[in-house]
Amino acid sequence: MADLLRLENVSKVYSHGIINAHSTIALRNFSLTLKEDEPTILTVAGESGSGKTTLAMLLLGFITASAGQIIYRGKNIASLHGAEKMAYRREVQAVFQDPFAVFNPFYTVDHLLTVPIKRFGLAKSKADARNKMEEALTAVGLRPEDILGRFPHQLSGGQRQRINVARALLLKPRLLIADEPVSMVDASLRATILETLRNLQRDHGVSVIYITHDLTTAYHIAKSIIVLYRGSVMEAGDVDRVIKEPQHPYTQLLVDSIPWPNLDQRWGAQPIKAREVGGNTDGCRFRTRCPMAMEICKQDPPLFRIDERHAASCFLYEKRPEIAKAQLSELLPV
Amino acid sequence: MNTILVQDPARPVEAVRLRAVGDGGPILRVNNLEVTYYTDSGRAKALDDVSFTLNSGEKLGMVGESGSGKSTLALAMMRMIKAPGRIEGGSVVVGGGDLMTLDAESMRKARLSRIAYIPQGAMNSLNPVTRIGAQMVDAVKSHLPREGRAAIEARCKRALQSVDLDPGVYRMYAHELSGGMKQRVCIAIGILLDPHVIIADEPTSALDVVTQRQVMETIDNVQKAINAAVILIGHDMGLMAQFVDKVAVMYAGRLVEVSTVREMFTDPKHPYSQALISSLPSLGNKGVFQGIPGLAPSLLRLPSGCAFHPRCASAMPHCTTIRPEPQVLPGGRRVTCHLYDGEA
Repeated sequence: MADLLRLENVSKVYSHGIINAHSTIALRNFSLTLKEDEPTILTVAGESGSGKTTLAMLLLGFITASAGQIIYRGKNIASLHGAEKMAYRREVQAVFQDPFAVFNPFYTVDHLLTVPIKRFGLAKSKADARNKMEEALTAVGLRPEDILGRFPHQLSGGQRQRINVARALLLKPRLLIADEPVSMVDASLRATILETLRNLQRDHGVSVIYITHDLTTAYHIAKSIIVLYRGSVMEAGDVDRVIKEPQHPYTQLLVDSIPWPNLDQRWGAQPIKAREVGGNTDGCRFRTRCPMAMEICKQDPPLFRIDERHAASCFLYEKRPEIAKAQLSELLPV
Repeated sequence: MNTILVQDPARPVEAVRLRAVGDGGPILRVNNLEVTYYTDSGRAKALDDVSFTLNSGEKLGMVGESGSGKSTLALAMMRMIKAPGRIEGGSVVVGGGDLMTLDAESMRKARLSRIAYIPQGAMNSLNPVTRIGAQMVDAVKSHLPREGRAAIEARCKRALQSVDLDPGVYRMYAHELSGGMKQRVCIAIGILLDPHVIIADEPTSALDVVTQRQVMETIDNVQKAINAAVILIGHDMGLMAQFVDKVAVMYAGRLVEVSTVREMFTDPKHPYSQALISSLPSLGNKGVFQGIPGLAPSLLRLPSGCAFHPRCASAMPHCTTIRPEPQVLPGGRRVTCHLYDGEA
């Protein structure tokens, strides 16, 4: 069985300064495998600064890994050239968070759709291109006549974001990396966009990596989840287990902070410790904010298996069997 | 001036005087507010006969889809509508005086001291090249020109502390702060002069859940401390359930329902509110995406009669021709829908 995507111990370190070099580890020893014939929706969750966007940038080939390798359909993406690189560029698509920043204000929004059509030769004629554009826009719930020929500033954030999803749809990708696609979109439109993403996975066999801080939508759309905090995996597994019975204190804080639309399910009373700017660089990354921090937390916690489809990287569970970080994907249901 | 602040640091004299005006009755009365945008492709009525009241210390959630007029309402209340938009009528009475009748200079004075606005993208609303402190001082100075430098600085630092920021932030630049911290700076600026009404336009839309909870708790705390009325604009019903006392639902520029938060979540009246509530995700109904069918109407070509009728599950024949008017149901809820024609 071929792997669509395999990340092997990928790390990304950002350093700045020449003499007193500071380095920030944005992603640490991250391993993940997605199977080609089992399209899935995987959520990568965490707050700002957790390394989620770094992961997206690595997968899209915008930045290169400091260590480890990313294998796409058997080939290291750092060494792709020519036609292979073009295929990779078409098959791995992205939807970004900010629907305002991806448009060039000097062009009408058609530009965003016509460029990929031309670049990848998707249409035989102008009329064909127009049909494809209208089809994609209708698929995301937009009226083509309201959209085509307009400038980005004439459209709302929700409309613009759906154009981005339409652009990705147009290219019929194998893997879609959706980096916070709904965080700037209306709640009533969220459902539409998420439904579109799920249809992509179910009907078109596209795997989706859904990057978000919003555990509510993650719970509804994904099968599995990986929770990151400052570049390290905190908890991973079946999305039902992780969200209904979070084991790691960080995941508990996240779940506790979800504003559920339910009057009888209030926000947790647990006070939140502010995040320090630099934070510790060794041991468990969460320990300075963790209410349960222990002496042993100064060491790096391995992943402990909670049950068949659930693991947490926390010494509270050190009695449980350890599993190697590279085996993380085996826990995740598809 | 210094002595005044020492005597009563929490409640500067001017704010107390202003507040006294509004005693008895609601602190905020918005009556028949109307805003129209004159665009090249026609007139768009972005606010149509919007009226509501709010008491001191009360929190109102204003929900609706993008384009329903939520942000226009906020801008209209601040009288910050820019051309081609125009406020066509109505009044916004804060603590006794109608903001719509003020001249430009008095309105400038009223902003921040009587009615404050916390903008949507905190990332973009701070000046990147001046220190946070300078921006706060600017705001205070233009309202209290006679206040001494030390007193102003003390006031600013107190505001920063009240939103759980270190007073050291006063000397920092915007780029040195995280998104949540910048949003809290905006809140601190908003409460500098103890306004009667605070309008927060999607204050947490770009923040993660943990920071969002911190920011909302911050607003809650400062709101209680100065007993201001808060209007929270947003589309996240989850946040509304956690934060507000009353919910107002906007659709195509009109208020279609105003209820207490409990009534809204347990027994929504307007079919649009019902659709909103049933589209909410919860732990029980995994994988069910119940969006609201259809698209939000364009304000340039509104459907006849009730603007919601093409998407409404309970539409009746006369909904397509007769526009419903707001009516007060027994119990005080306001609904704009023909379903309740006999009950008012």
